[in-house]
Amino acid sequence: MRDILKILEQDARATNGRIAALTGRDEAEVAREIEGYEKSGVIRRYKAVIDWERFGDERVYAFIDVSVTPERGAGFDDIARRIYRYPEVRSVALVSGGHDLRIIVEGASIREIADFVAEKLATLDRVNSTNTHFLLKKYKEDGDVFAEADADQRLMVAP
Amino acid sequence: MKPLNQVVTSTPPSGIRRFFDIATQMEDVISLGVGEPDFVTPWRIREAAIYATERGQTTYTSNAGLLPLRQQIGAHVFGRYGVQYNPTSEIIVTVGVSEGLDLALRTLLNPGDEVLFIEPCYVSYHPCIRFAGGVPVPIPSFGADGFRVRPEEIESRITPRTKAILLCYPSNPTGATQTREDLQALVDIAVAHDLYILSDEIYDRLTYSGVHTCVASLDGARARTVLLNGFSKAYAMTGWRIAYTCAPRAISESMLKVHQYSMLCASHISQAAALEALLHAEHDVQEMVADYDQRRRVFVRGLNTIGLECREPNGAFYAFPSIQRTGLTSEQFAERLLMEEHVAVVPGNAFGQSGEGFVRCSYATGLAQLEEALVRMERFLCKLGCASAAPVAARGAQA
Repeated sequence: MRDILKILEQDARATNGRIAALTGRDEAEVAREIEGYEKSGVIRRYKAVIDWERFGDERVYAFIDVSVTPERGAGFDDIARRIYRYPEVRSVALVSGGHDLRIIVEGASIREIADFVAEKLATLDRVNSTNTHFLLKKYKEDGDVFAEADADQRLMVAP
Repeated sequence: MKPLNQVVTSTPPSGIRRFFDIATQMEDVISLGVGEPDFVTPWRIREAAIYATERGQTTYTSNAGLLPLRQQIGAHVFGRYGVQYNPTSEIIVTVGVSEGLDLALRTLLNPGDEVLFIEPCYVSYHPCIRFAGGVPVPIPSFGADGFRVRPEEIESRITPRTKAILLCYPSNPTGATQTREDLQALVDIAVAHDLYILSDEIYDRLTYSGVHTCVASLDGARARTVLLNGFSKAYAMTGWRIAYTCAPRAISESMLKVHQYSMLCASHISQAAALEALLHAEHDVQEMVADYDQRRRVFVRGLNTIGLECREPNGAFYAFPSIQRTGLTSEQFAERLLMEEHVAVVPGNAFGQSGEGFVRCSYATGLAQLEEALVRMERFLCKLGCASAAPVAARGAQA
């Protein structure tokens, strides 16, 4: 049922009727499948991709590389949990390379993010260093390009 | 001044030209008249072409095309269909299937030789056979049969001058495919009457249920078949003009002479792009095919719902609904639909007389536009007094 999930991943508002038409399935079957995916957590939630800058909001994002000392028995999970519980933290991932955790933080201003790093993040036990990169311009996110699509170049009628 | 070539001057211009002229002057037209993918060529292929120009791949290539490309084409055809062609002597890279077809016709035909082809079909077959000195002999196929070919329609048109039969499945404009058994029956006729087979399989990858049958893979076919295929439809590469022919050595060597003296070689840049397509774009093809398939389901169901009877097209990206219940001819229907509702379709008779009573609708266009086109078409049918019982919206086709 990968096709149902792929449609919803592209358009969370696709109705069961539309999904049924697109996949050639029964509408009731589609509803049943989706309910199953919701219950099992395959579908985590439904959301929209919003260009806040175009809306007029000025939001500041920073990518922060964090080096931490893992804990015996808990590895990186405990420190990751302590970080992701802050609502301003949009994502947290354990990565390979020179640092351990890569997090994305959202704030209303550079100052707000700077305060978060200085007061909350850097002062956590086991956090050894932070390396903050402010986002300057967003080109593409989760497969969505933040620019106008090019016009259809095709002739109106062709054999 | 002396008159121009008589064969050319007596050939009428393409029947779809007029609709193109009207449609381009209108605002807010939804065009279902486009015979090419609505995807742009996958980026990895475009990027490979840019890189090729940076490296200076701007020269002629060997006449038959870059050997690595021919090798990949050979591996591709063998991998998909189990037919083996020698890349050094049996594969030619051409400027679109259009050129491949022209090469094959000019190589096979003596003046006056007859070529059978199944209508409705691509608009170029009839004139190209004539330009090559041949005599076109259309074989009708019928909507009532799902545009399957009746062998007796072929047998009854074979004469001592019949030289070849030209096939195209999946079909433009009907979207019809043929079963392996049906195609084998056609090959058997060709064998029995010693005919060459030209098989235009440009839509092979756009087959939605079952598997495509490569004509050259059928019993007795390979030795007499010129297989024509290319990159336009599967990889959304129409503008690159890049395709290939596979044929037995003796035929290929002669075709290569025509190619080398008239074309020299296909575009080097396009060849580099095609190589990238074969090496790394399989995933892109599958994504595009899955997308067409979804739109096909929605659109064909929608046509039947609004009262335009349409058989399930199993290939290409065309629906070919019957408009007979409107009482209009294909041209009247297409023209009025364009003028009154700003939806462009192509009248079926542009593809041969047996296309009369049908229109070709390409679903290689955005889903939202397809749905809007269905709404407009239903409104048009209502005006004609031909709509089915309940309006589309009420039945949830928009759901």
